Amino acid sequence: MPPHPETWLRVTPDGLFCEPGGFFVDPVRPVERAVITHGHSDHARPGHAHVLATKETLAIMRARMGEDRAGATQQAHPYGETLTINGVKLWLRPAGHVLGSAQVCLEWQGARAVISGDYKRRHDATCAPFEPERCDVFVTEATFALPVFTHPPAGQEIARLLRSVALFPERTHVIGCYALGKAQRLISLLREAGWDQPIPLHGALMKLCTLYEELGVQLGPLTQATVAGKERLAGAIVLAPPSAIADRWARRLAEPIPCLASGWMRVRQRARQGGVELPMVISDHADWPELLATCTEVEAQEVWVTHGREEALIHALAQRGIRGRALHLIGRGEGEEE
Amino acid sequence: MSLPDFAELLERLLFTPGRNGKLALLRQWFANQPDPDRGIGLAALAGELSLRTAKPALLRELIAERTDPTLFALSYDYVGDLAETIALLWPEDARSNAPPPGLAEVIETLETAPKAELPRIIAAWLDALDSGARLALIKLITGGLRVGASARLAKAGLAEWADVDLGEIEEVWHGVAPPYLTLFAWLEGQGPRPDPNGAPVFRPLMLAHPLEEADFAKLHAPDWRAEWKWDGIRVQLTAGPGGARLWSRSGEDISNTFPEILAAMRFHGVADGELLVMRDGPSGGEVAPFSDLQQRLNRKTVTARMLRDHPAHVRLYDLLFEGEADLRALPFDERRARLEAWFAREAPARMDLSPLISFATMEELAEIRAGTRAASIEGLMLKRGDSIYQPGRVKGPWWKWKRDPLNVDAVLMYAQRGHGKRSSFYSDYTFGLWRGDELVPIGKAYSGYTDAELAFLDKWIRDHTTARFGPVREVEKALVLEVEFDAAQYSPRHKSGVALRFPRIARIRRDKPAEEADRLETLEALIKR
Repeated sequence: MPPHPETWLRVTPDGLFCEPGGFFVDPVRPVERAVITHGHSDHARPGHAHVLATKETLAIMRARMGEDRAGATQQAHPYGETLTINGVKLWLRPAGHVLGSAQVCLEWQGARAVISGDYKRRHDATCAPFEPERCDVFVTEATFALPVFTHPPAGQEIARLLRSVALFPERTHVIGCYALGKAQRLISLLREAGWDQPIPLHGALMKLCTLYEELGVQLGPLTQATVAGKERLAGAIVLAPPSAIADRWARRLAEPIPCLASGWMRVRQRARQGGVELPMVISDHADWPELLATCTEVEAQEVWVTHGREEALIHALAQRGIRGRALHLIGRGEGEEE
Repeated sequence: MSLPDFAELLERLLFTPGRNGKLALLRQWFANQPDPDRGIGLAALAGELSLRTAKPALLRELIAERTDPTLFALSYDYVGDLAETIALLWPEDARSNAPPPGLAEVIETLETAPKAELPRIIAAWLDALDSGARLALIKLITGGLRVGASARLAKAGLAEWADVDLGEIEEVWHGVAPPYLTLFAWLEGQGPRPDPNGAPVFRPLMLAHPLEEADFAKLHAPDWRAEWKWDGIRVQLTAGPGGARLWSRSGEDISNTFPEILAAMRFHGVADGELLVMRDGPSGGEVAPFSDLQQRLNRKTVTARMLRDHPAHVRLYDLLFEGEADLRALPFDERRARLEAWFAREAPARMDLSPLISFATMEELAEIRAGTRAASIEGLMLKRGDSIYQPGRVKGPWWKWKRDPLNVDAVLMYAQRGHGKRSSFYSDYTFGLWRGDELVPIGKAYSGYTDAELAFLDKWIRDHTTARFGPVREVEKALVLEVEFDAAQYSPRHKSGVALRFPRIARIRRDKPAEEADRLETLEALIKR
């Protein structure tokens, strides 16, 4: 009988450790060998000796941390190709979260575990779509694991934004969004909706947008928001980090309307904090129905929940005959940063 | 598609802090929506929709049939609001292909459907809507929109859209009813002006500007009439064959809050005056402090004890209509003569006249004003003898000349960011005075400073933050602000035990060390016993 993954895949203070393979997945402290699912800072930390990830994730890590801190040796590994490390088979499947994001699939002595990292199931032209992989244990996130979180179609949220731009053509709509993934997805959604004007960006978003383009994701014309005059920003849609949209930086904009794109915007009280005037429910995480559907689709007998609202998810999985277990990994909050 | 559209309007109104932004949203609503939906939306915002509302218990039952109790409890705990929890939790996989109901359909069905049918009907509607529209529907049928848009604002949006005076809308408002087809027809030039038909109508009030020194220098005593500025609330009394109403300054009907005044309105006409609480004193009726009047405001039911302990009274100062005759185009002196004669004839109970103050020169009037604080009077009102009664705040014919403000030097303690244009500035300040070695907050102010002072305060606060509590920053106790206010009163609701009326930031006292700011005792000594 194949060994249960809990005998060879263990939760340690440094993160999830594959014992026979001798490597960690998304460790929170510098380790000898790390496999990284994607480039967000709560998954990709600096200072590991050996890093294995997709070439896109490695490029993102280098861009964010600097060449020398993104792993002393870096091994780019393409989706779908199998590698054997001390008898552990390892391969990557797209997670659909951000560019380069991967699920880490492990198999040892016939038992298979899939560590999904963060993932979503919606269309996103800026990264490869999620591919389900059948497994015995599925390790899932639970950022939006409450039934109140059902993300509306992203196109509907973009349409609402464009209606607001038409109603207030003399003002700047400034969307608060995370620099990696969300910003590029918003740009791509705007382009799909026919918005072909140059999109002015806060300086903090420029580097990763440029990198996305170098990696083959077309974003259309982008400009620096800081160099445009106020009158040129009237009627523009500007992207900036969430902390900037209602702060001093936003004073350069034309009577800005602060918008925020996040799955948290689904709940009014959350949306009303921080002076947001146009909340947009657009998320790079799976919503409640997608979490449940994915856990069922991979046919796992057991689901491990890394971070988020595990209580509701474990309860709902139990009703579907799937055993759930909360991992309580250190270093992942409630996924507040989206 | 009107219910989802209405939901979007509500959502935008809720999240839009500025008046101009809200007006733009309302204008768009009136321009784009068909009849009767736009009128129903107007009625809902103006609080004029009297629906047979469904009880929250009904909705709880509906959601209980559709969700797991544990998941419902976890969700409710996270969201905090029942209506919103239900709207978000309503199962999406049961979404029907039925078109979303129109606003008119919802209203009509709620009125006519048998009660036993309501759960089935409401569930079918919820099945046909997305979460935003579900929330709007639930709020609508449980009777609580709460989107920060008043009746007055809804009417102002209507006036802007139709490009007419808000006064015009108010004049006909009580002659129209939801869904306001005749009102929209008139505003679009497709029908006659609706006739208020003798129903009591609110006439927008004439308001005064604060008198500045530069304006005072230009005043010529013989042109002016003076009255005391009373510390109550401005009201309009409308009575005639069509009924009687007591209106607040913004046109809200407050008749039911002051039944004793309504009972005394047996005349035919429209009068302008100040609502006060008055008790018998040694020298006749004495005006009670404003805090006594506050006990009576915003109450739905009035107890016998309230009526006995806080009796209301109106001090009249103008007459707008005598019978059906519109006096508003007459000069003040003529209206005053009509008012005095009318009052002598009608002698309404619980009312008296605001006396005119006699004075020969402006200097004499300034002396009279200097004595107002000792007399517990807010200041003076100056009205030109030849001024006609014009709605709104027209500069020139009427001035309010408040008594000099009091002031204390207080220490800045906390700051919060403002809204709209000020959303990037720390513009709301909480300040305190010394009690022993400790600072106790005495109030909040968000006006009085110049743009340059605001920029200075914003930067100072960012550089001296010691702690953050959500949107609030606590700052080093090192900056002294001179705070002006009209009056101080005891208040058990404030930690310091004192509350200020109309506080504003008069100056930033960078020269003054925080230790030398005023003590709480200094403020307590300013409270009028």
